[in-house]
Amino acid sequence: MTLTIPAQSRTPVGEPVLELRDATMRVAGRTLWSGVRLDLGAAEFTAVLGPNGVGKSTLLKAVLGLQPLASGEIRILGAPPGQSGPRVGYLPQRRSFDANLRIRGTDIVGLGLDGDRWGVPFPRPARFSAKRRAARARIAEVIELVGATAYADRPIGQCSGGEQQRLLIAQALVRRPELLLLDEPLDSLDLPNQAAVAALIGRICREEGLSVVMVAHDVNPILAYLDRVVYLAEGGAATGTPQQVITSETLTRLYGTPVEVLRTSDGRLVVVGTPEPPARHTDRHDASAAPEGTGHAAG
Amino acid sequence: MLLADAATQAAAGWSWNPLTDIDLMWSYPFMVNAFRAGTVIAVLAAAVGWFVVLRRQTFAAHTLALVGFPGASGAVLLGISAGIGYFAFCVTAAVVLALLPRAGGLRGPGGSPGGSHEGEESALTGTVQAFLLACGFLFVALYKGFLGGVNALLFGSFLGITDSQVTLLAAVAVVVLAVLAAIGRPLLFASVDEAVARARGVRTKLLSTAFLMLLGAATAEASQITGSLLVFALLVMPAATAQVLSPRPAVSLLLAVVIALAVTWLGLTAACFSVYPVGFYVTTFAFGAYVLAKLATQARPILRRAVTA
Repeated sequence: MTLTIPAQSRTPVGEPVLELRDATMRVAGRTLWSGVRLDLGAAEFTAVLGPNGVGKSTLLKAVLGLQPLASGEIRILGAPPGQSGPRVGYLPQRRSFDANLRIRGTDIVGLGLDGDRWGVPFPRPARFSAKRRAARARIAEVIELVGATAYADRPIGQCSGGEQQRLLIAQALVRRPELLLLDEPLDSLDLPNQAAVAALIGRICREEGLSVVMVAHDVNPILAYLDRVVYLAEGGAATGTPQQVITSETLTRLYGTPVEVLRTSDGRLVVVGTPEPPARHTDRHDASAAPEGTGHAAG
Repeated sequence: MLLADAATQAAAGWSWNPLTDIDLMWSYPFMVNAFRAGTVIAVLAAAVGWFVVLRRQTFAAHTLALVGFPGASGAVLLGISAGIGYFAFCVTAAVVLALLPRAGGLRGPGGSPGGSHEGEESALTGTVQAFLLACGFLFVALYKGFLGGVNALLFGSFLGITDSQVTLLAAVAVVVLAVLAAIGRPLLFASVDEAVARARGVRTKLLSTAFLMLLGAATAEASQITGSLLVFALLVMPAATAQVLSPRPAVSLLLAVVIALAVTWLGLTAACFSVYPVGFYVTTFAFGAYVLAKLATQARPILRRAVTA
């Protein structure tokens, strides 16, 4: 089942950064989602929402070219998935770094720049190489952009979860991608840090003209910054602006069962009655899966 | 044994004058070779060990070291050099570890060591380790004429290193260091941040296998000075100490090499002028360096506060 609601808020400038045409994903004979359509323009912020185990992370993997579609098509910056190299930045879902890891945040960000190149992991002193000076300037610039300058020289294991997440966003941004894919970057952060990191991503998206696709568990921290949402349900999907998709009517049609979206006095959305898809115990969210079917922030 | 006699003579000759002491020590050709071999081994073990500590692969290193013991004792039993036995067994074991699913410290998502050594795997490795140690013991027992055999193989010895052995150690070290230099940056990336590295096209599995081979060779070398049981003295302690002292990769790797060289040279000197074994000295000096580094980092904020107050 598919619902596509034309986006009204922003018109894509030039070629779409990311296009999904009736994309369908099947894993081990089970259809995770189907009929996903999306046109993502420059500097647009999209959230991928849906219940646990519905295949939100798999959508990012398909965009990265790590997992082939069952049918449909994905085009990134005019090319098939997996061919855009540094033009796509990716931040996978993760736990935090080991507290004893004695490597500076700066080095982690620097690995984002050239970590995939062969050679000795230590740059020549900057004064002997213009290229190295440029790299160093870019690393400092991107660390400044995410506001991590104060702790970038500390061992990353000693940084807080929010600090680590900012440094990892800097790492994903260091090669100036045009499309940034984030897999639950707010996961495991406390509420003030969720709000701060969400604001940071929203700001970078606008100021740097970067398109963002973010898998989210809870839409509320990012709701103010979103242009589009892709709401995945077992077998189907709905795409559009948050106002169009996260409504009782759309979600009821998508799930084929009564779903109610409530708006709290401070503008937060709560989805009540979302059916939980069959449990997949490979998903690491098992422990936190409980609240979603019963009444929980949308996402 | 002649060499042992020479060592005992040297032990009597300690003069507290560094120049005469070094002169005396290096008047024995076996001591010169011990220093040559020790220098090669210290540099190699520190460089490879730096990645071992970063990748949390000390368990793999320990396994490889123990596997070296039956290799060395078996080689001696067959009348070949113990060094060949170390290399053959350690590198073969590295291949096996690389082939085992989830072995060798492969991590969970995100580069943090998540559930790295599942019960079954460590139980399997433990079982095989114990059996191989027992085989090594049997080989030593079968070779009745082997002087001080078990002690030297398990806890290290610096006696009787020949010129050709030094050449072999140096050749292997050059190859390992060259490969390590070539794969260093993606290996560092894969070590601290495996998921991102993989998404960026770094071949993390291939690197992990390649690194285990290098680790096998480095473990085989380190075993030849420190013995199978004390390899961590050169493979882990200098790198761990260096990483405590500095979070800068270039600085901490250099420090690891310096510390490894220092403890090896000091250990060899101390062993030459005393009757106690080299493995004890090298390990003790390396341990001392680690404790000092820890104390220094603990004391630093206290001192800073005292200065500002």
